[in-house]
Amino acid sequence: MDITLHVWRQKNAKSQGKMEVIEGKNISEDSSFLEMLDTVNETLQESGVEPIAFDHDCREGICGMCSLVINGEPHGPEYGTTTCQLHMRSFKNGQHIFIEPWRAKAFPILRDLIVDRGAFDRIQQAGGFVSVNVGSPQDANCIPVPKQDADKAFDAAVCIGCGACVAACKNASPMLFVAAKVSQLSLLPQGKPEREKRVLAMVDQMKAEGFGNCTNQYECEAACPKEISVEHIARMNREYFRAAALEESPKEGHGGE
Amino acid sequence: MKLCHRLFQSSVGAKMLMAITGLMLTGFVLVHMSGNLILYAGPEKFNAYAHGIKSLGALLWLMRGGLLATFVLHVYLAIKLTIENKAARPVPYAYEATIQATAASRFMIHTGLMMLVFVIYHLAHYTFKIVSPEISALAPGDAYAMVVTGFSSPAVSGFYILAMAALSAHLRHGVSSLFQSLGLYHGNLNPITEKLGPIVASIVFFGFSSIPLAVLMGAIK
Repeated sequence: MDITLHVWRQKNAKSQGKMEVIEGKNISEDSSFLEMLDTVNETLQESGVEPIAFDHDCREGICGMCSLVINGEPHGPEYGTTTCQLHMRSFKNGQHIFIEPWRAKAFPILRDLIVDRGAFDRIQQAGGFVSVNVGSPQDANCIPVPKQDADKAFDAAVCIGCGACVAACKNASPMLFVAAKVSQLSLLPQGKPEREKRVLAMVDQMKAEGFGNCTNQYECEAACPKEISVEHIARMNREYFRAAALEESPKEGHGGE
Repeated sequence: MKLCHRLFQSSVGAKMLMAITGLMLTGFVLVHMSGNLILYAGPEKFNAYAHGIKSLGALLWLMRGGLLATFVLHVYLAIKLTIENKAARPVPYAYEATIQATAASRFMIHTGLMMLVFVIYHLAHYTFKIVSPEISALAPGDAYAMVVTGFSSPAVSGFYILAMAALSAHLRHGVSSLFQSLGLYHGNLNPITEKLGPIVASIVFFGFSSIPLAVLMGAIK
């Protein structure tokens, strides 16, 4: 199949970018979207043009490295699918395909379609962890976790941190990402000791990175390749209010729990 | 005071304030509409109702003050959050697409600002009576005649109905969305909260708009 690509080209973080038209000839319908880009890049390289730079790693839908806003939708038109798992059979012969990077102030473009998602790392570092003592590992079942909690925590833990929620959000808000991390850890007993500190710090960091605010339009949920529910955002809202209220009236005897 | 700071400055806290103030304003709108519908009971009943409100005295001023503060906070936070949201994506997509967001949810700031303009006009029209000389010429206690005189102009009525359409669109997203902001998301609750926005929006639109329409069609004289 032949396609016409409209691709965002930008030399580096400082330069001005623009949309460029690149033709894709003889593309296999069975190739993945990234393989299509590989094919196009080979042709570009042969004709002495700089290939299109894009993020990718595992190419099996679990690493969270691939991105791309394809015809206005993060990870393309297929529901619950990463770009690497998207196939060219989802497109028509002769179709015009727009490929753009994640667009957010907090995700600066490094080159072409590659953005710096370091903001997510800093949000995670602000509180998205559990503190444990080093030493010999504990027995796997010595902390009982109710099945329902484990299931809910796992629903949140499938987040691969790709940033599609930010790209899809009309306000470039990462609420679904932050909520998935807060929700996952606050549901599990291992996350309880830092429960209040975590949600306050992560929400603060989200703001400090220059992301937008949630307006409950659920574009994130629709775009998420891991189908994470906005239920987690509601849980984070509850967690935030609880933590803010507890912060106001600290318990007697710090660290007594 | 940290809690106050968190509510105003953080993303999650500001959304909660939006939800609470929005809920209060929706409550006011529903009470206001119910009061307006007394018009259908005739001039005596409606004027008695209007007089009843006026004679609340200090309580009325307390309620007015609270309403004004709620309104100002809602508008202030809406503008602040919208500015932040616009700043969060300085370069727009060349190919703009919406996957599932409703039109009502995408134009909240627009319908909201239309309401701000409308409220100022509405107060000037019926409370301060500085818009039309016919209304300021009426006897002070005759609220019924004021409504009929005001809405006998098709242009004024048209503007009111248009404003109610904007309010209705605003409530369609707002009323459903405020539950999520307050963290009330639950499998059993969602079917209700999802429908509550459209239901309240329809009630408010038809309830309010019926009055200028009834005046124009001569059903209320």
